[in-house]
Amino acid sequence: MASVKRLLLAFAVTSGFLAPPALSSAADTLSTQRQQELKYMVQQDCGSCHGMTLKGGLGPSLLPERIAVLPEQYLIEAVTHGRPGTPMPPWAPILTTAEIRWIVEQLKSDQLAQTRAD
Amino acid sequence: MKQHGSLYTSVNNHTRVNKSLLFILVVLCNVFFYASAWADCTMPDDLPTGDLGIIIERMDGSVLIINTTSQSVLYEVSGLGDLSHASAVFSRDERYAYVFGRDGGLTKIDLLKGRIAKRIMQSGNSIGGAISQDGQYIAVSNYTPGGVNIFSAQDLSLVAKIPATYGDGHLQSKTVGLVDAPGNQFIFSLYDGNEIWQVQMENTPKPAAKVIHKYKNVGKAPYDGLISANGRFYIAGLFGEDGLALLDLWHPEKGVQRILDHYGRGEKKLPVYKMPHLEGWAIAGDKAFLPAVGHHEVLVVNTENWQEISRVKVYSQPVFAMASPDERQIWVNFAFPDNNTLQVIDTETYKIIKQFQPGKGILHMEFTPRSEHVWVSVRDIDTVIIYDTQTMQEIKHIPAKKPSGIFFTSRAHKIGL
Repeated sequence: MASVKRLLLAFAVTSGFLAPPALSSAADTLSTQRQQELKYMVQQDCGSCHGMTLKGGLGPSLLPERIAVLPEQYLIEAVTHGRPGTPMPPWAPILTTAEIRWIVEQLKSDQLAQTRAD
Repeated sequence: MKQHGSLYTSVNNHTRVNKSLLFILVVLCNVFFYASAWADCTMPDDLPTGDLGIIIERMDGSVLIINTTSQSVLYEVSGLGDLSHASAVFSRDERYAYVFGRDGGLTKIDLLKGRIAKRIMQSGNSIGGAISQDGQYIAVSNYTPGGVNIFSAQDLSLVAKIPATYGDGHLQSKTVGLVDAPGNQFIFSLYDGNEIWQVQMENTPKPAAKVIHKYKNVGKAPYDGLISANGRFYIAGLFGEDGLALLDLWHPEKGVQRILDHYGRGEKKLPVYKMPHLEGWAIAGDKAFLPAVGHHEVLVVNTENWQEISRVKVYSQPVFAMASPDERQIWVNFAFPDNNTLQVIDTETYKIIKQFQPGKGILHMEFTPRSEHVWVSVRDIDTVIIYDTQTMQEIKHIPAKKPSGIFFTSRAHKIGL
């Protein structure tokens, strides 16, 4: 059993090294349950301005085709500190840095946009 | 019944054979009559609509048609698209609901048949709408492209497109706070353009819409609007600065005045995680109750002189502050992340007389027209809770999938709803 565990650990470590940085970052630190909560929050609560399907409303669209050109760090800043002069509030009082990074990654890779089927 | 009776008496003088034949005929007629009458009674067309309403199920793109007397769901109607932030108005005969979806969909629902009568996609992205005083026109407020589209209430055919251009005329503003006003008018605000527009509907020679007034520089970023129950005052809430923009429609020559523009001065404005709503008119006597943007307060305003009377400290940032029809209570819900709480303000004492925490995602409230009950949608527990406004007890839970807006047909006869 011990050797199997070691093997698994070795596999996990090496795959961690081999995986692209975007996949290894935020998701690793968040529980599956927290990820589900964040997904729900983005759709329902961010959705009150950005639309439940994230195609935009009072706030702009958050679909990958629009935000692809925006650097990840820019989006993280926008979520963390808000966008002065617009209704976008700072989310730092509500979300951790890892959670904001995870949300941005998910938005970029189109993991949050599908909604009604859920 | 009368017809059948007179037919029988009019043939009394005929022969015996004819009489018995006729008797059979009459009996058969009566059987058919009663059978068809019975069939009619069971047909939905015979149901009254005065105690009906709809509940928006935002995730599933469906609505529930409900009855407020039996407190039950009659039908579920699906296929309405993206219903986040959806709202509805009713035809003056209370038979049809017009539902405004986020994705630009406009759906006319037949409440009696429990199905879609007509549905169109009228823009890319919309936020709400209104029905005209005469019931002939449905206006929809759009974000993309920014403007207002007006349709025939009958068949949803396009009557007019009003692009909300501002600045040098190349920019189109998102439009918000669209309401009907007396004189068969519509009023709305330009979120990006900082303007309020007044539109006159004309029925002859053919249906048309005319922008009769553009009030400019009303304040920064009007985010929503409402009209008083008598149709006199239009108020736009401002997001970009403290205060509200007030238009007296009895005296449009006075232009737009700014009211309460000092309410947040010197205080740190908190981040706003959900925009407040000004739907409805939380008014009791000569007092209006308005949500303060970025503050844990409901503002109390004297509607004679529009001066602040008081501020009620509440649990968090208010989203809706809605008056019960008997004007004794103001029910308030709150922005994320405090949307699990509901508070009730006494309109005489400004005291919080009750607090509920039934679940997360309290999104909307609707009172029965004579004030005895309030229906509250609690999104995250997939439930609409009915409260008794006197005992403050829960009466019933109605299951609904991710419920948001609740709208009763009594709105059909109210200005601005």
